[in-house]
Amino acid sequence: MTLTLSGVGYRYAGAAQPSLLDVDLELPNATVIGLAGASESGKTTLCLVASGLAPRTVGGRIRGTIRLDGEDVDAWPMHRLAERIGIGFQNPGTQLSQVADTVFEEVAFGPMNLALPREEVVERTWDALDALRIAELAERDPRRLSGGQQQLVATAGLLAMRPTHLVLDEPTAQLDPAGTRLVADAIGRLAAAGASILVAEQKTDLLANVASRVLVLDGGRVVRDGPVDEVLGDPTLAELGVAPPSAARLRMAVAAAGIDTAVLGSLDG
Amino acid sequence: MAGSARLSEPAARTRGVPAAIGRPGPSAFHRLNPLTKATLATVTAVAAVVLGGLIGPAILVAVAVIIPAFAAGVLGRLVRTALLLSLPIAVSAFLVNLFFLPGAETVLLRIGPITATAEGLAFALEILARILAISGAITLFYLTTRPADLVVDLERRGISPRVAFVANASVQTVPAMVERAGQITAAQRARGLDTEGSVWRRVRGVLPIVGPVILGSIAEVEERTMALEARGFTRPGRRTLLWSPGDSTAEAIARWALLLALLALIVARIAGIWP
Repeated sequence: MTLTLSGVGYRYAGAAQPSLLDVDLELPNATVIGLAGASESGKTTLCLVASGLAPRTVGGRIRGTIRLDGEDVDAWPMHRLAERIGIGFQNPGTQLSQVADTVFEEVAFGPMNLALPREEVVERTWDALDALRIAELAERDPRRLSGGQQQLVATAGLLAMRPTHLVLDEPTAQLDPAGTRLVADAIGRLAAAGASILVAEQKTDLLANVASRVLVLDGGRVVRDGPVDEVLGDPTLAELGVAPPSAARLRMAVAAAGIDTAVLGSLDG
Repeated sequence: MAGSARLSEPAARTRGVPAAIGRPGPSAFHRLNPLTKATLATVTAVAAVVLGGLIGPAILVAVAVIIPAFAAGVLGRLVRTALLLSLPIAVSAFLVNLFFLPGAETVLLRIGPITATAEGLAFALEILARILAISGAITLFYLTTRPADLVVDLERRGISPRVAFVANASVQTVPAMVERAGQITAAQRARGLDTEGSVWRRVRGVLPIVGPVILGSIAEVEERTMALEARGFTRPGRRTLLWSPGDSTAEAIARWALLLALLALIVARIAGIWP
């Protein structure tokens, strides 16, 4: 189960320049791939393209091919793609359906749209709530929750769809450290269950914890692509507008002080 | 396959829908099917207009609004809300008819160049009775029915999930926009915007708030659309419902009886059988 982007370029409707250029990306199952880059580097655009929302919903023009398990998805309608590829955005307020009076109904919204049997909808919903440790919010009004809690509810709504591929655009942007850990745990569990996950994040510490591979975008092009330790440990990362993770910064500081960095171990250690 | 894999412990499998979802209302009137309450409100409002006069709408208000509201335990809230809802139009309609009804001759009171007439007062009271019947019927429905209940019931009866969503979202958008306006007002005040004082000053203060409220809502439309698409919203066909409000044959008969009675009343008025 692999999502493959080959030579993908994308230009928003009315834009003079493309926002993505010749992106090659392979998301095999049971893998978490991190996406880093400065603002306007193309992270969100790549998320929209990988999820199928661009150009289906967003408009614009796309080049290259996107394949899901070897099948060209060009002609697939969005609702068919949504059963296989989930996407989460950074603003939790806009991800809520606004018509659910309880968190439970909000999380169940996607599976209900898929017309799954009622028992399966209920089971998936509790499962997703449990995965993010928010089952106690099930009867609360989602519109009355904090931004962080809403983000967890929105993420649970995605998990309830049980997509084989998950695209998360800065899923922890409004979360506190505890909420960030919950999302990171859920990402790990989903990957362990076999899903492939693309996570665009400014928080490189999160990427260092969950991703096995990281891509760095600059001006819509992939300028770094490799194992997480190698890419996030690159001393030139800051030049691309990406703050290195704490461990890498510590390693650089230690090296700058003339101390042997071997004593610090690996990035995620 | 990851798409069907569980994420947590199997204990979750034994749990059902939380009790808060579809919880029955506190009174027998609350527990009526939403379509029955909607039918009652519609028939009451239309009948008040068709009946005319003072007695007919007044009896309607007593029978179809006040007694059910009392039984539902919402009479106090109903009076407050219905008055708030109808007061501006009721007052203006009352005054216009009292003082300016064409052809009225029996003078009750003169205030400078304008004259209050007995015919104007009678007609104004009739208009007032109709307005109260309409606002009371709508308010009673609003106070005893959650919008989601009506939408779920209509969806169960076969209306498109998209139509149901639009109807529900439209109702839910109002409090969301009011809340957003409150946040923007607080933010603008913190930056020195004066929204107190004279009417002109208040009007000037509204402009910097209306723009962000409306433009902000429009700006979110694309992301909301994408989020809905990503959750299978555009999938054709029916969707699964977690619950639906109860209904009974007796309620169905009552709904048809109300509609037939309204139809008979309209025919009687047109045919001149009803005075």
